Amino acid sequence: MKGMVIKMNMVIEIKNLNHHFGDNKVLKDINLNITEGEIFGLLGPSGAGKTTLINILTGQLQASGGNCNIMGISPTDMTGEHYKQIGIMMDNFGLYERMSCYDNLKFYQMLDNNENINIELVLENINLLAAKKTPVMNLSKGMKNRLAFARAILRTPKVLFLDEPTSGLDPKTVEAIHEMILAEKKRGTTVFLTTHNMYEAEKLCDNIALLNKGKIVEYGAPQDICRRYNHQKKINIHLKNGRDITLEHNKECGVQIQTYFSNDEIETIHSTEPNLETIFMELTGRRFEA
Amino acid sequence: MTYHIKAILWKQLKDTLKNKAILIQFIMFPLMTIIMEKSISLPDMPEHFFGNLFAVMYIGMASLTSAAAIISEEKEKNTLRVLQMCNVHAAEFLIGNAAYIISICMLGSLVIGCSTGYTGITLLKFLLVMLVGHICSFLLGAAIGTAVKNQMSATSITVPLMIVLAFLPMLSMFNETIKKFSKFVFSEQLFVFMNDLSEICITFESGIIMACNAVLILVIFLIAYQRGFKISK
Ligand SMILES: Nc1ncnc2c1ncn2[C@@H]1O[C@H](COP(=O)(O)OP(=O)(O)OP(=O)(O)O)[C@@H](O)[C@H]1O
Ligand SMILES: [Mg+2]
Repeated sequence: MKGMVIKMNMVIEIKNLNHHFGDNKVLKDINLNITEGEIFGLLGPSGAGKTTLINILTGQLQASGGNCNIMGISPTDMTGEHYKQIGIMMDNFGLYERMSCYDNLKFYQMLDNNENINIELVLENINLLAAKKTPVMNLSKGMKNRLAFARAILRTPKVLFLDEPTSGLDPKTVEAIHEMILAEKKRGTTVFLTTHNMYEAEKLCDNIALLNKGKIVEYGAPQDICRRYNHQKKINIHLKNGRDITLEHNKECGVQIQTYFSNDEIETIHSTEPNLETIFMELTGRRFEA
Repeated sequence: MTYHIKAILWKQLKDTLKNKAILIQFIMFPLMTIIMEKSISLPDMPEHFFGNLFAVMYIGMASLTSAAAIISEEKEKNTLRVLQMCNVHAAEFLIGNAAYIISICMLGSLVIGCSTGYTGITLLKFLLVMLVGHICSFLLGAAIGTAVKNQMSATSITVPLMIVLAFLPMLSMFNETIKKFSKFVFSEQLFVFMNDLSEICITFESGIIMACNAVLILVIFLIAYQRGFKISK
């Protein structure tokens, strides 16, 4: 199975990647393959090494050991033409604070020597047209986030790196950014995002990796991972008379549930599937949100 | 890659003209020269006294602090990384900034020169001396901005350096001991040239001093440049 996957269009390949800052081993033997058009999520608590991995993949940092390739080329060998196919939104934005939203995008466009972009339209798409002339320092965090996102996709990249694109935002802005990420996927963009929000990972990502202290402790599609760790297989029933019942997930429970149903006694019923957070707890004894 | 340099120049115009701290650096000394030259004249004051004094301070302050502030801010706010990911090379970045800062400082120098009363060939000589000064001072400022991580540490290095470059020439007029040391600083040498623009004669000693200064500044600059810009490759 794995051998087959590698034959597909690999956009990001990471092999035995290691990184340390002095004595601090931040990434340990990372192996990952990300195919074209997928949304990949790197999920882990603060300090796990997520930003470090993005920095290495985008050529901002040279790894201490191992290999990685973006569209077949090592980040350390990337030139202008390669960079033009990559969009990056870092956790600290890197916007010019005194310049307006419009000027920030305009400058980026000038750097790419790409005059065919309608900046007003881009601003309208991210709902910032009204703030066109507002200096970035007067924007809210959510607005800065959207602007940084817009800048990352301005050059219509093939690969998009998003470092915690929604951390610390209100639900409405989070929703807006999720829509924009899904729209990018529709366009065929490969997305590499980091998050410590498991709901975000479950909702958006085709594949995720759980990163703990620089090590990947689990990898796969979110639903697959959850199913894999569903050892308990229990069913919780809340009856109308207020009683709570937990049933083992086996042949016999069917009969029992049938009875409850026919007597119209059931208020709610659900199976206990672990979520990514409980799985991460099981694997590491830690939580995502520190 | 001329469009990178063009873009950086455009950005500086948009950005720095809203940055009051830097704007003041550019305008303060030309403005003070106009005011002082027009309003104050003391008996037995050397000719072009205020003009030359402010000119040398302008060299020691404006290009030095603005270069250090602009570059260290790009590092602090992580915009430098964005530039690097647009494949802007360190050289393009520095040329863009140098072109911007030195042009503005030369405009300021022109104002200083004219309001001091220099005309014709003398004005040209004055501007030439100023250009040399601004280039040296820019390179030092750029080295500082490149070497440090944020604006705070940039300021903590530029301030003492600025005092040496901008004030030593003035202090040395009043104190012979200071003069013995200050002559090794390029701004003092330039000050000496300015005070006798009609016949700039470069003595052997000042030639050596200027050459040593130039070499030293270039070495400092290149070391900082290599260390500060090695982020990725
Ligand atoms: N430039 C650096 N120098 C030294 N250590 C660093 C540097 N950058 C990161 N680290 C260390 O590497 C580890 C991982 O940091 P990283 O920023 O990759 O974590 P993260 O998963 O992105 O966390 P967060 O969710 O808080 O953004 C941390 O222990 C951090 O202290
Ligand atoms: Mg991070």
